Order: sequence, then structure tokens, then C-alpha cells
Amino acid sequence: MSADGVDLKKRRTLTLATSAVGAVGAGFVIYPFLAAWAPSEKAKAAGAPVEADISKLEEGQLMRVKWRGKPVWIVHRTDKNLADLPSLDGGLADPNSDDTGQQPDYCKNPTRAVNDKYLVAVGICTHLGCSPTYRPEVAPEDLGADWVGGFFCPCHGSRFDLAGRVYAGVPAPKNLEIPPYQYLSDTKILVGADGGSSS
Amino acid sequence: MSMMKNFMTWIDDRYPATKVWNEHLAQYYAPKNFNFWYFMGSLALLVLVIQILTGVWLAMNYKPDAELAFGSVEYIMRDVDWGWLIRYMHSTGASAFFVVIYLHMFRGLMYGSYRKPRELLWIIGVIIYLAMMATAFFGYLLPWGQMSYWGAQVIVNLFSAVPVIGPDLGVWVRGDYVISDATLNRFFALHFLLPFILAALVFIHIVALHKVGSNNPDGVEIKKGPKGNRWSDKAPADGIPFHPYYTVKDIAGVAGFLFIFAAVVFFAPEMGGYFIEHPNFEPANPLKTPEHIAPVWYFTPFYAILRAVPSIAGSAFPGVVAMFASILIMFFMPWLDRSPVKSIRYKGGLYKAMLWIFVVNFILLGYLGTQPTTDLYKLLAQIGTIYYFAFFLLMPIYSKMDNTKPVPERVTE
Repeated sequence: MSADGVDLKKRRTLTLATSAVGAVGAGFVIYPFLAAWAPSEKAKAAGAPVEADISKLEEGQLMRVKWRGKPVWIVHRTDKNLADLPSLDGGLADPNSDDTGQQPDYCKNPTRAVNDKYLVAVGICTHLGCSPTYRPEVAPEDLGADWVGGFFCPCHGSRFDLAGRVYAGVPAPKNLEIPPYQYLSDTKILVGADGGSSS
Repeated sequence: MSMMKNFMTWIDDRYPATKVWNEHLAQYYAPKNFNFWYFMGSLALLVLVIQILTGVWLAMNYKPDAELAFGSVEYIMRDVDWGWLIRYMHSTGASAFFVVIYLHMFRGLMYGSYRKPRELLWIIGVIIYLAMMATAFFGYLLPWGQMSYWGAQVIVNLFSAVPVIGPDLGVWVRGDYVISDATLNRFFALHFLLPFILAALVFIHIVALHKVGSNNPDGVEIKKGPKGNRWSDKAPADGIPFHPYYTVKDIAGVAGFLFIFAAVVFFAPEMGGYFIEHPNFEPANPLKTPEHIAPVWYFTPFYAILRAVPSIAGSAFPGVVAMFASILIMFFMPWLDRSPVKSIRYKGGLYKAMLWIFVVNFILLGYLGTQPTTDLYKLLAQIGTIYYFAFFLLMPIYSKMDNTKPVPERVTE
């Protein structure tokens, strides 16, 4: 084949234009493959709110409900627990719940709850997602003499108090997440929805 | 005989069979002084074959479904004829793969096999190591035991610790708000895919190796030495044909390896909870974390580094960065070592000390990664992490200061 009379500049432009259109097309094709990894409609629907009956929850007890596949704890705190909370402020990373992402506005209070008696919190450590252990006992051997009850993460040793507030100097960076919730009656909590009163 | 010859001519006219055989085996001249450490490459290839074969067989009975997965593994163990053997070969193979690869990498560190002109060979090797780690991680979720579940939870949350996009990235990787059926199903697909990518990478690794030629315990370039040996007057004088000399040697290595491998498969497949962790005999329970979470032993050095770094400004991200950096730093080895010699045999006491402490330190970090955190262990892990990085980052300095010995012209016997 002879190269006489070939417009090389035009050929380069056409090659470039074809490649660019091809790249855009490839970009469009990639999108569905990436988007297919997002939660499916079914998974999203499973994130619906759940009801919890707290009428049988004794003082000092913890119950778990499953919301969006995560454990949500409801703890019936004792008067002593509530009295202990302010005394811990000095050793905590965020005692006043200033990180607004970790609780709805109506739980940005000293007990991080709608009703002081009951703590409702997502039982997932804010470090790497383990579920901390409920350790209500006072001054157990492994947690030290200052321990007044709280949550201890077995994975990396993070500590939280009974309002889900994280201690300073542990791997977990944030307080435990408080999910949106509301009281349907004195003994029924709806976890996952608050009738629009949040934020 | 001439019929066979005619047949090969017919083939060779259409496919370079004899040419490939000669170039990569019968007339591929490798240094004559290979020692024990040179078994590991061929053993790694053997383990890859074992893993693919047993893995495909396991997939014939395994169900990648959160409701069925745990039960299907028990079914393989109890009801499928020889299923227990195939599964234990696969689970032991995973650990054996890392044993062999860690020794293979250590061989590279000892003899300077990452130095010019083998930089790309080394880099491809590090990519293979990363692909292996990904494969092992995806595979560990599949039995859907407690440790599978919570191990995956911790590792996927590493992505969630990335600033800004983290939480969405975590949801995207899982396909759900927690590790769930969607996660299990996609991890199974990826665990099935990656070994074939691994095989392709191994092919590229060998192409690179045969381009530059094998290093050897003396770190002497045989291609630069005198020419002429019993088989060819153009081949390096210190080279011997890979086949039959090293194929036969490697078969001896395979026999030794299989002896140990079979002993583990038959008598200690759980290896005291190191190869198959005890909580994994309990089905995954998203509401209850096991008392103590530790990854499988081959990830624990990096896990110890992750835990050693405290969170800064309310973010667990620095630990994640340190963990990934501890692996990615290996890519830079070819340019960190400034020593005038390649092999440990001719390096000075300083470099030798640094390397041996590195080995001890790596094992120590591995041990700490399996243990619950205490104040003492955390401090040790922090010291270990500092040494780990110092070994790499200070290498340009100490490898230059080192008192090296003269390197011989030819390989030693």
C-alpha cells in the first residue's frame, strides 16, 4: 500500500476521536458493574425499623434487638449508673457528645437517651466493628479498680461507659452510635425511626 | 522413532512446542549453586495447583449462602466421600502457601534477588503476594463461622476508616450495612476468580525470571561470567540446564514438602487453632462477637501493626495507613538497598544483624497479633512496628555503611 496522499494529521485526529469515544463507552459499561455492588433493594428494605418490648427488662439488664443486621442494645440503667456518669467526664474523649454524627440531636444530653433510664445504642465498636461486651460489674480484676460498669471491646480493648461514651486513649475514636428511636408507649421502643424528630 | 519426529515437526510448524521446552527447561541455564532456599518457588507453584484443584472440588458441594454455608462445610466434612481430606488439604494448603512464600521472600532478602536487573521480577512477586492475601481473606469468610464473620467485619471496616468516603465504601464492599449473605456470595465469586489471576501473575513472574535469569546464593551474575559449559559453548560456564538438573532437585523438594504437608493434613489440620481457629466451629452470629478476635497467623504481623498505631484526631485511619504501608513498602526494596554487593554472604555484620533482627521482629509481631492487647503487648507491638519500618527506611544508610567483603568472580561450589 502506498502512503501517498495520506492526510496523517486527519488520520491522527480520527484515531484520537475514536479512542475517546471508545473510552467514554467503556466508562459507561463499567458503571453497572460497580453499581451492582451497592446494597440491593432487598437489603435496603431489611433496614426497616424494629420494635422492642422493654417491659420485662430488669434494672442492670441488657437486651439486644437486630436492626439492619446490627445488634442494638437496650440497657436498663440503675440510679447508681446514672449518678456515676458525670464523674467519668474527665477520662472520656467526647463527654458532651459533640460529634453530631454519633447520635440524633434529641440524644445529645448527659445520658445520651430520650428517657434517662434506658440506653439505646448500636452495639458496634466505632473502631473496627466488633461488638463490645457488656461489663456492668464494678472494679473487675481485668478492667481495673476505676471501672464502674460499661462496655469493653474484646477485639482491641476499647472501653465505653454506660452512656456509650468512649474513654480517651483507646483505639475506638468515637462514642457508640445512638440510632434514631422513639417510644411508642412506656414499654415499647421503635428502633430505626423517630417520626421525623431527628436532625 | 521417525514417526514421532515427524509428529513433532508437524506440531512445531504450527506451535513452538520444542522451542518453549528448550528455552525454558532443557536449555535454560540456571546457576549451578542453588541451595535449599531455591525449593520454595517450585513448591509455591505446587501449592497453587493443590489449592485450585481442591478448591474447585470443594465448590462442587459448598453453598455460598448465609443460611447454608456453615452446614455445607459440615456436610463436606461428614457426608461427602473423602470430603474431609479435600477440605483439610485446602485449609492446610492455605497456610502452607504462606509458609512457602514467606521463605521464598526471605530467600530474596538474603541473596539480594530484588536488585538490578530483577526489580520488576520482585515487584511482580509483591503483587502476587497481595493477590494471595486477598484470595486468602475472601476464602476465610466462606466457612461462615464466628471467626470468618468477625474477621471479615474487622477487615472490611478498615475501608470504612478512610476519611470522607469510608462509610459508603464499606457498605459498597459488603453490599449491605453489615457482613451478610450478599457479602458472602460476592466473596465466593472473588475467591473463585482470584486464583486464576494468581496463575496468570505467576506466569508473568516466570517470564520476567527467564528474561533476567536466576540469582543465586553468591549474588554473582553468571551471564556476565565466562561462557561455555558441557552442553553449549555459548551458555554461561556456571550454568546448568534447568531440566533435568533442577527438575529432579525440585522433585526431591516436593517429596520432602509433601511428607510434612501430609503429616499436618492427617494429624494436625487445625494446628492448635492457628490454621483453623476455634471460634470458627461455631456458626456466624452477627449479634455476638467472640471473646477474642485474631486473624489467621499469616496476617497477624500486619494486624499487630494495625493495632499498635493509636487513633489520631478521632480517626482509626492512621493504623490502617500503617498496615497498608507495611506491605506496600516492599515494592521499594530494589531502591532501598544501596549495598555494593547483593548476597548476604558478602554483606557485613551490620546488614546481617538488621536482617536477622527483622526476622525475629516479624515473628514477634506475628505472635503479638494473635494475642489480646495488654499494655505490655501494645508497647512491644509499637517497638516492633518502629523496627519494621526502620529496617526498610534506614536501609539506604546502613546498607552503605556496612563493611562488605569482596565478591568472587565465579559462583562458589
